[in-house]
Amino acid sequence: MAIFSWAVRLGAVALVLTFSAAAQSAGEAQSPQADLLIKNGTVLTVTHGVIQNGSVLVHNGKIAQVGANISAPAGATVIDATGKFVMPGIIDAHSHLALDGDVNEATSPITPAMNMLDAFVNTDKGLYQALAGGVTSLLLLHGSANMIGGQAVVIKNKFGLSRDQMLFPNAPRSIKFASGENPKRVYGSRNQTPSTRMGNFEVQREALQQAKEYMRDWDDYNGKVQKGDKEARAPKRDLKLEALADVLRGKLLVQIHCYRADEFLTEMAMAREFGYKIRAFHHALEAYKVADKIAAEGVGIATWPDWWGFKDEAWDAQPWNAVMSSRHGVRVALKSDSNDVVRRLNQDAGKVMRYGGATQEEALKMITLNPAWIIGVDDRVGSLDVGKDGDISIWDKDPLSSYARVEKTIIDGEVYFDSSLPGLGLTHWKDTPMSGSDFDGSEMDEMGMGEAH
Amino acid sequence: MKSTRTITAVVLLALFASAQSSKQKTRIATSQVEATGPIAIRGGKLLTITHGVIENGVVVMENGKITAVGPAGTAIPRGATVVDATGMTVYPGLIDSETNLGLVEVEADQMSNDMNEPSDEIMPHMHVADAFHSETQRIPVVRVNGITNAIVAPGTDDSLPGQDIFIQLDGKDRDQMILVRDVALALNFSADQRRRGGRGEGGGGGISNRFPSTRMGLATQLRQAFMDAQDYEAKLKAGENKKADSSSSTGRSGGGGDRQKRDLKLEALLPYLHGQKPVVIGARDGYDVENAMRLAREFNLKVVLNHVTHSQQILDEIASWKVPVIVGPIYDFPRGDERYDAVYSLPAELAKRGVKIAFASYRVEHNRNLPYAAGYSVAFGLPYEEALKAVTINPAEIWGVADKLGSLDVGKTANIVIANGDPLDVKTDVKQVFIEGRSIPMENRQTRLRDQYGGVPPAR
Repeated sequence: MAIFSWAVRLGAVALVLTFSAAAQSAGEAQSPQADLLIKNGTVLTVTHGVIQNGSVLVHNGKIAQVGANISAPAGATVIDATGKFVMPGIIDAHSHLALDGDVNEATSPITPAMNMLDAFVNTDKGLYQALAGGVTSLLLLHGSANMIGGQAVVIKNKFGLSRDQMLFPNAPRSIKFASGENPKRVYGSRNQTPSTRMGNFEVQREALQQAKEYMRDWDDYNGKVQKGDKEARAPKRDLKLEALADVLRGKLLVQIHCYRADEFLTEMAMAREFGYKIRAFHHALEAYKVADKIAAEGVGIATWPDWWGFKDEAWDAQPWNAVMSSRHGVRVALKSDSNDVVRRLNQDAGKVMRYGGATQEEALKMITLNPAWIIGVDDRVGSLDVGKDGDISIWDKDPLSSYARVEKTIIDGEVYFDSSLPGLGLTHWKDTPMSGSDFDGSEMDEMGMGEAH
Repeated sequence: MKSTRTITAVVLLALFASAQSSKQKTRIATSQVEATGPIAIRGGKLLTITHGVIENGVVVMENGKITAVGPAGTAIPRGATVVDATGMTVYPGLIDSETNLGLVEVEADQMSNDMNEPSDEIMPHMHVADAFHSETQRIPVVRVNGITNAIVAPGTDDSLPGQDIFIQLDGKDRDQMILVRDVALALNFSADQRRRGGRGEGGGGGISNRFPSTRMGLATQLRQAFMDAQDYEAKLKAGENKKADSSSSTGRSGGGGDRQKRDLKLEALLPYLHGQKPVVIGARDGYDVENAMRLAREFNLKVVLNHVTHSQQILDEIASWKVPVIVGPIYDFPRGDERYDAVYSLPAELAKRGVKIAFASYRVEHNRNLPYAAGYSVAFGLPYEEALKAVTINPAEIWGVADKLGSLDVGKTANIVIANGDPLDVKTDVKQVFIEGRSIPMENRQTRLRDQYGGVPPAR
């Protein structure tokens, strides 16, 4: 019975995925896209410098040409970007937007089977506000109440389309781990384990050990089946251990909420012990203390440029962290973890030019190509290169300044936000109420007390 | 003595020269000008605020005051330490119109958090001055970004949480850093108080068993507090008159039987009922702003509005009240049916209607980012000069210190900033801050951590 219902659920997941892929391709088939030419702008390619009076041609949703002189193919939509700045869409590698507050399944410190796709609400006004800030892709993560939270969903910010049409096609799966103050506070306040960092890591180690045994049992079973052993008995299937086994099999990108230097080292040691790779440390405010070690393991960081001191484990933050870590060879992304900051990540990139003297290209990478790498989609988005998705933002001024506004946000070659339009500036939104709370202030009101950070 | 001065000046010169030759070089100057005599800043672009921009200008300071401001060629006193600011921008120290600096170190750590006194909503007798921790690690972090003065307000849990102070972000102790004690009374009539839905037990389902649990309750409670203060004052006066009568008739002082017992809570409200100092009314939604203003008019309060981030419908009305507005945070979220820039554009909309606006950074984690809110408002229509004024001369006027602060003018306190560019841009690096003519060490806990771990390696 348990196996049966599990199979049904798995089937349902498979169905959803299949359906979404079908919906997307059907959508494309129905309306063959016109070519899009953005011409005469200052083109910030991210990977190959700045092209003055440059153009970008998007064909079938993909970037077809980037250069100085590109003539418009017949029937192409042309956007004159004279005096404007053209850059890839911004990518936020750490967001809890559009989950209707279902960020933490804080009922157990180990909840790897949770899938944020099940909580994703595509009509959240926060997505619109992020789109108006040039954000085209986001990694929506489980919170940090649990040492091992849930699996993330990667979306393209095609605000106004259906829920399934907003999923980033074939993006790799990520899982959220945490550490430090949040898990120990959440469970410690209930007199449960973990209530210390010792408890934190022991709970994690225990779970990974179980997963190792689970994986071994299944490997044994599958080996027997392959050899034609009809007597082989399948082990019990367990969604929680299945997800962790996928971590050990290297099928999930591991994204770890972690602030302190000693905890980076513990996490990396544990990853070596169990044989998985960490994709990125998130927040990572003390990365500068052990940047060489983080770089040596090939782990990235997703951090803020200048948040600090909202809790004890953020007390050693300093705003040169991003550039110091980057110069030691760490892939650095600037992320929001905030419904507020996601709207102006471009300014955060400007800040690292000031704190540490990042070059324009280094700064731009931190909000485009590097977060794309952390999410595992850097072969598809994050720079203006031929063959990549046509995800582009157009700004009225240098985006790495206090003064820039987004004029257009384009995804897969199609405009989703256009500030020159009256009203909301949305091209695909049907004029219906958006969801999302009207809570004043911001996520920062929960800073230190909440479990998102 | 003189040789010391020359040496430090040379160090500064060298630092500025290198910063100029390489825009990428953002290593912050950590040396100070150790001048005891006059200091002259020469060659920079002066943003005077009150009389325009002077390219290649000269500012002279002595004994903590600005003694000269003018174009190249303005006389520099003999023996002055000269700071070469060629290629730099020079402007008055910025003023933040609401912070919690010195009331909280780490917000999550209650022992370092003195923001709110939650036993009652009406706490006008709480004085921020009594809790201000002038040695907070946060102040040195904030001031190296060119912010030299700020309002410190209590937290927003209470309707009347206490009285603000106006501080200078440097000084040898608390008394030197508090420029104005009890400069204003905070009055909150916004979501923070309402959402709490009354304190005490109960609380389930939004029902509280303790008054006040609604906005009606909050307004009534405020009104009663101001009335109690009026009655208190009337009785005080009556008592005094009686005393005067009895002493004139008997020729003796005394008559203690009728003496009014002092009530510190009500007494705290008296200067505000007399309109001597401003009441800072924090409200976001238009209907709450209107309601709070109705109350303020009833008691003839001198008003500074704060927030108004969801008052787009009543901007003309706000303008008609002729009260200054601390606008923001401009990062408050628009409603689900509003355009994404509904709040970003508020400073421009208010300024366009002739409202005197000021900016604030509010939360301690973001106090150093004050100038960027002003800059971002420019992106949404606020004229650049207005944005600058809203972090300099406007707050100086609102807080009653415009004779001393807010512009580069002779006679004002020498709070001066030298930066490598536009003060409102995120890329701009502040090179040197002077407070009362003292060159402030451009270091803090964060620069020390940076340096302890090897600093920023060069680009590859």
